[in-house]
Amino acid sequence: MIGIIGYGSYIPKFRIKAEQIAHQWGKDAESIKRGLMLQEKSVPGLDEDTITISVAAAKNALKRCNINPKEIGALYIGSESHPYAVKPSGTVVGEALGIVPDFHTADFEFACKAGTEGMFVAQALVKAGEVKYAMAIGADTSQGAPADALEFSASAGGSAFIFGKENIVAELLFTDSFTTDTPDFWRREGAFYPHHGGRFTGDPAYFKHVQGAAKAILKKSGYKPEDFKYAIFHMPNGKFPLRVGKKLGFTNEQMKPGWVVNLMGNTYSGSSPTGFSATLDVAKSGDLILLVSFGSGAGSDAFVFKATDKISKVQDKAEKVREMLADNPIYLDYGQYAKFREKIIMNE
Amino acid sequence: MPSPKYRREMPQRYRLEAAKCKKCGKVFFPPRLICDKCKSEEFEKITLPENGKIVTFTIIRVAPQQFETEVPYAIAIVELENGVRLTTQVVDCNPEKLKIGNEIKLVFRKIQEEGKTGIIKYGYKAVLA
Repeated sequence: MIGIIGYGSYIPKFRIKAEQIAHQWGKDAESIKRGLMLQEKSVPGLDEDTITISVAAAKNALKRCNINPKEIGALYIGSESHPYAVKPSGTVVGEALGIVPDFHTADFEFACKAGTEGMFVAQALVKAGEVKYAMAIGADTSQGAPADALEFSASAGGSAFIFGKENIVAELLFTDSFTTDTPDFWRREGAFYPHHGGRFTGDPAYFKHVQGAAKAILKKSGYKPEDFKYAIFHMPNGKFPLRVGKKLGFTNEQMKPGWVVNLMGNTYSGSSPTGFSATLDVAKSGDLILLVSFGSGAGSDAFVFKATDKISKVQDKAEKVREMLADNPIYLDYGQYAKFREKIIMNE
Repeated sequence: MPSPKYRREMPQRYRLEAAKCKKCGKVFFPPRLICDKCKSEEFEKITLPENGKIVTFTIIRVAPQQFETEVPYAIAIVELENGVRLTTQVVDCNPEKLKIGNEIKLVFRKIQEEGKTGIIKYGYKAVLA
């Protein structure tokens, strides 16, 4: 039996409301909020990046399991905003957590599913007996071009998961991955902002891959949507996950705990992992949980977890996702936001 | 803070590692080679607690060039739960509303960059607990 022994998240303190962004670009805030189902999003502080977010999330994961960080044999960080083009985020995070030097690390990139890519590999190494514990982190300080629809959603945050074979709080039962070459969203080397294919990001990309992975794992596991207590689908906006869940036969009630996008935005590689973390915060022993990510380019990873009787013992050991979202956020105006996101050209 | 020095200081800047004198128990942060109390040269490595409180602070309004975009910001002397005091920036808050005695927690943050093409330096800062 393998599964998650510790999990944790981190969401920066700063927020910007959809009204601020809409006002800046002469758009109708109510229409945007209704269409994308987004109220506000998290914004990284001037001193925050994928590495600092990863460390904060990982520390919360370590609080939920009583292990020596030195026993973590593998650390994978999925992000599309690694601070360095060449130099791994994993080395800094491993050093900060005290995991160094006897561990394997790599930075993953697969648009919004880089976090679950890390989970996929981490669990496999534990399952194979290669390492005792493996940690996977999905974290991002997401980029969205000014005035683009993405600017209303691209946010910051992340979640970390430690896999092991003992003291499991959520047993991993099944995995699946569904991938094709689909140019729906991309950012070329050196480009500051990503591009996307507008409506092409819907049916041929998000819906095809999320449904592909979800249907495959349902078939593999023999479970039906009604067998699950909870389901989390990647959250590029508020509408897509609810729509794909409905198409697959899931109810809003099953998706509600993990649907954090309306207050957090889309944390890219940290999106579905943080929805999953918020779901673990409320899960009870025996609850079946379906997690399906989506990364443009494109692909989806799917996981079926079953919460164990140990979940209730760790939930209160670290701050929960909903508590972070509610914990006195600091609201920015658009000018402050532009400064925080380094959208202003400064003199060298 | 050139890169080799930054590398050497990672244990304390990243993980709050301090040195505790094996003879008299005095804790040094950053670690020292000789205890200034009992002159012992034997230390054990300890990790400082992350929680503490603000002893005193000042608000920086005219900053060194690399911190100009962060003004106004607070620099505080904080006392950790084991009595160790250190100087750190207090972030994620309105500095005008800080008070002596506020409870803080040390977090891992970006301190500065060696320009746009140099290394990024990380370390501890305080946030309100």
